[in-house]
Amino acid sequence: MWAYTAKRILQGVITVWFIATATFVAMHNVPGDPLSNERATTEAIRINLEARYGLDKPMWEQYVIYMGNMARGDFGISFVQQNRRVNDIIRDHFPVSATLGILAVTFAALGGILWGALTSLYRNRMPDYIIMFLVILGISVPSFVFAGLGQLALVNLNNTLGVSVLPVAGWGTVGHMLLPALVLGLGTMAYLTRLMRSSMLEVINSDYVRTAKAKGLPPTRIFTRHQLRNAVLPVITVLGPAIAAITTGGFVVELVFAIPGLGRYFVQAVQQLDYTVIMGTTVFYGAFLVSMVILVDLIYGWVDPRVRLQ
Amino acid sequence: MNNTPVRTPRPEDFEPISGQSSAPVLVRPSRSYWQDAWIRLQSNRRALVSLYIIIGLLLFTFAGPLLWQVDPARQDVDQISVGPGADRRAVIVGLFQSWDGVSVDPVMAGGTGLRLAAAPDTQSVRLIWNAIPGASGYQIYRSHYEPSNIDALGLPLAELTLPGQVSYEDRLDLRARPYFYAVAPIDGNGRRTGQFEVVQADPVRVITIPEVLDRGLAADPQSLQPGDVVRLSWHPLGTDYLGRDMLARLMAGARVSLFIGLLAPLIFVAFGVLYGSTSGFVGGKLDQVMMRFADFVVALPFLLFMILFQVVFGIGPGESGIMPMLFALVLLSWPATARLVRGQILQIREEAYVSAARLLGGSRNYLILRHMIPNTMGVILVTLTFAVPAAIFTEAFLSFIGMGVAPPTASWGSMCNEGLKNMLTHPHELIFPAAMISITVLAFNLLGDGLRDALDARMRNVE
Repeated sequence: MWAYTAKRILQGVITVWFIATATFVAMHNVPGDPLSNERATTEAIRINLEARYGLDKPMWEQYVIYMGNMARGDFGISFVQQNRRVNDIIRDHFPVSATLGILAVTFAALGGILWGALTSLYRNRMPDYIIMFLVILGISVPSFVFAGLGQLALVNLNNTLGVSVLPVAGWGTVGHMLLPALVLGLGTMAYLTRLMRSSMLEVINSDYVRTAKAKGLPPTRIFTRHQLRNAVLPVITVLGPAIAAITTGGFVVELVFAIPGLGRYFVQAVQQLDYTVIMGTTVFYGAFLVSMVILVDLIYGWVDPRVRLQ
Repeated sequence: MNNTPVRTPRPEDFEPISGQSSAPVLVRPSRSYWQDAWIRLQSNRRALVSLYIIIGLLLFTFAGPLLWQVDPARQDVDQISVGPGADRRAVIVGLFQSWDGVSVDPVMAGGTGLRLAAAPDTQSVRLIWNAIPGASGYQIYRSHYEPSNIDALGLPLAELTLPGQVSYEDRLDLRARPYFYAVAPIDGNGRRTGQFEVVQADPVRVITIPEVLDRGLAADPQSLQPGDVVRLSWHPLGTDYLGRDMLARLMAGARVSLFIGLLAPLIFVAFGVLYGSTSGFVGGKLDQVMMRFADFVVALPFLLFMILFQVVFGIGPGESGIMPMLFALVLLSWPATARLVRGQILQIREEAYVSAARLLGGSRNYLILRHMIPNTMGVILVTLTFAVPAAIFTEAFLSFIGMGVAPPTASWGSMCNEGLKNMLTHPHELIFPAAMISITVLAFNLLGDGLRDALDARMRNVE
């Protein structure tokens, strides 16, 4: 287990290095340059500014400095808002995105496991058809449409009841989080439901379930202890990528619901060509996603010993 | 001891059998892999319906513009944000005549308080009222709903402070729909005093003869008289917030969405197949290095890098931003296919029939062409089908957050973004593009499911 953990972490570090390098290379190929605004009016000012930001140094030296700063966790100062450090921006906005993401993943995982187990119980009967139809819908409708429709439904609900049941947009209380998290998790929930269903159906036909039945165990115990526990395993593996999909998919939901998260800030930074913020956010997100995937893998290896041996 | 009696062969056993004998005949005709898959796909009703929907979509995209030749960029300023099936009648009137603010149309004469001075139309609504004692000025408001309290009178139109002026002419962006006008008196300090008065106006859509000529609405403009009714141009699915035809825009958007949705998967699946099969077939050190690299590319946060690449490839002036998106999609999406194909190739390499073919002297090219490619074709086809909705989704996402196609270009994602802003008042602007995305993605997903089941015999029992 320790060797496996060490191996996965080493892989993760190399992956983050690759992400940082790719970001560096990409940003150096952006058309235009950071100083092509009104500040660099004359050649002398431009040379001074380039010296100030270290842009006059050769590419490899810039790369070494950049990697050194990244390794120390220093992402620099925002190009647009000169009084803000990128680390502060991330510290301010990331917790919002993370809260939303965690809530969405929880919704998606619990919902997916519950609905998936339910459909397998009612296989080829009415509840199965209804849930699977909803699942197909959840996979096919983009989240921004759900976000819009959700807001619309909430507005109508608030209007008809005359009281504000849940706020329509914004951030701050638990009430603000529920609808965005649900919308954000919906696609993943649909995907997990499908996965859980086929996994459950596979397990139902397994030998150990037949043995449990033959032993005369009560059906509820077979369902919870034998079927569910084994069927959940594949669902756990995709949770890592699911977290990745949900946190980056959060851009849209943050935009629609006016949530001050990092995703919305990233989109803003790209529109304003805020170089340091773009680079810092990308590397930070990349590192976060990689560590999530590793964490899920480690948990999986701990839950299912067979994985470690591969 | 073996107790079963051994039957001694008799001469008649060796005679040819007649047609009626129960000798083994083929119960099931032998079919090739693809014939069998096609038949199984046909028996899957959902997949078949999806296939028809996709064919319909392609017709809509490519044959549609031939039938509906409306420029998606053309603005119809007479019909902004109208829904499908809206009333298109417009009454012809003379050119706009200015109003002195006093004279009242004989038809509307009589009455006291706030009232209309002329029949309201979309050129102007003329309000006139009796001076309210103690008021040194008036505020005029317009609302879509009947105002119930003084703090919710609607859109403020004007504040009149000219002594003795008790009339107002509204010419601000009038539509053929009911309006409620409210006039509230104010004192010398601009504070409201006393009660407000409300009048309802129901403007009639009017159009002048020069406008009819300009838009080419009538066959013989010479015969038109004021009072005649003409029909404005027809928009089967309504118009958007700039008065552009929704149907034409949906078709133009379909071209963008399907261009990216079909071409990007084709390119990256082709590249992934090449990469994966090289890696799998050559094996050894090269395989290790190639797959490590693919692993790194997979680890890149997808949407983040899509946005980053959009910036890197840059959208110049006058460009639509389609090509950068295509590049970015291809650059980021190939590893999944590469991994899959490599796994498939490694598996097939160990199959007995490949060993047999090799033993019989099959050349390397023969092995690749005859065994490797045909046997991975199914997996590749399924990947391709599932890659299409993913690409369409990505395009829609990026265009929705404003990082996709540049504004004048229509795309389903950007149309949704525009539609979301006036979802409350004009839901059709959101519903149509959203429905197009959903139907397309749904159809490709169901077809993919069907293909996977049809091509993979083991999957038949799972779903």
